[in-house]
Amino acid sequence: MNKEGNRYTFLFSVVMVLVVAIVLTLVSTGLQPRQNANVENEKRQNILSSVKVNVSREASAGAFDTYITRQIVVNSRGEEVAGDAFAIDMGKEMKKAPAERLLPVFIARVNGETKYIFPTRGTGLWGPLWGYVSLNEDKNTIFGAVFDHKGETPGLGAEITHEEFRSQFDGKQIFEGDKLVAVRVEKGGKAAGPHEVDAISGGTITSKGVEAMLLDNLTCYESFLRQTLP
Amino acid sequence: MTLFSSKNGQLLLGPLSKNNAILVQILGICSALAVTAKMEPALVMGISVTVVTALSSVLLSLIRDIVPTRVRIIVQLVIVSMLVIIIDQLLKAFAYDVSKQLSVFVGLIITNCIIMGRIEAFALANRPWPSLLDGIGNGLGYALILLIVAFFRELLGSGTLFGVPVIPDLFYRWGYSNNGLMILPPMALILVGIVIWVHRAKNKDLIEQQ
Repeated sequence: MNKEGNRYTFLFSVVMVLVVAIVLTLVSTGLQPRQNANVENEKRQNILSSVKVNVSREASAGAFDTYITRQIVVNSRGEEVAGDAFAIDMGKEMKKAPAERLLPVFIARVNGETKYIFPTRGTGLWGPLWGYVSLNEDKNTIFGAVFDHKGETPGLGAEITHEEFRSQFDGKQIFEGDKLVAVRVEKGGKAAGPHEVDAISGGTITSKGVEAMLLDNLTCYESFLRQTLP
Repeated sequence: MTLFSSKNGQLLLGPLSKNNAILVQILGICSALAVTAKMEPALVMGISVTVVTALSSVLLSLIRDIVPTRVRIIVQLVIVSMLVIIIDQLLKAFAYDVSKQLSVFVGLIITNCIIMGRIEAFALANRPWPSLLDGIGNGLGYALILLIVAFFRELLGSGTLFGVPVIPDLFYRWGYSNNGLMILPPMALILVGIVIWVHRAKNKDLIEQQ
């Protein structure tokens, strides 16, 4: 067959693409269980980290059972509904109409105190952001927060995962008077007061993404949060 | 032909210095700027690029006689992307933290000019063994520069090496502080420039004649 002819070129391309597709399918299906286990353990690790329990990814499954006492699913009216809280993908829920959302709440017991952990999901500069915010029993004061991202710029937006940024949220209050304001992100060291933290220099869009994420997601939980408020 | 004749040895060792992809051919700069803030991602990136360059060179060299010339660039792209996806999947399964740190850069290995450059310039015209050596050599040459740049950026920018603090607390108490500029990409460019300068000062034959 003429090696430079159209027929050969087409044949070669088809065979090559098929071979490559088969190889990739095998690799992907073969490694999937391991990858999923990594992702799930990381989720447990993140949830625990929002209540200041820091464990390695390998140890997270055991620690998760110890500290998380209840996992519930609520709807936008704050009523408990049936469902598996851990399996819920917050990204998908946020795309639904507010009334149809299934919202997971993890209830932890740390040092004898009850903490409520809320998953959050938003958008940064390059892609999705997510995180977990834990509130004290008053459902107003933030106990801890963790954030993660898909592909923010390392050294700039990606700094939201670092302790220096996260620890600013500790002790902040999400209600201003009777209004849910979450936590605002302010530029350049101007943050003051119980509802503000400093943004990351060079990562303004990511920081603003965190701000919007907290407000949007906590607003979904507003009915649940108000249930036992004084 | 012996496996390690001097000609083959040159294929492996040449790219480490006089024929270095970054220093002499100025290829693969973008990723060199992006992943060199810390040594660990730089090392993993260096290893990944070496593996991809070596394997893709061998694969393309093996099929060099049956690849239709008109679609050879597409064939190269498909093979390289396949290898990159496999590496990405392996990292996600076995080195999850590193894969998170490298995030988008793993996918961008394919855009590394060194890989397609070596395939096009060498592997498509040579036998598999020399192609393998050429691929490994160029990958290692790239990794070497990444590590040199990352060493200075991490040491001066974060005061750590491979995440381990190396600058004594005493220094900080005396008023020393880490240079935040080192973490930002522009400093990587300046450091690469300095490395090229030092390299040329040592190898005068690389300096272009006026």
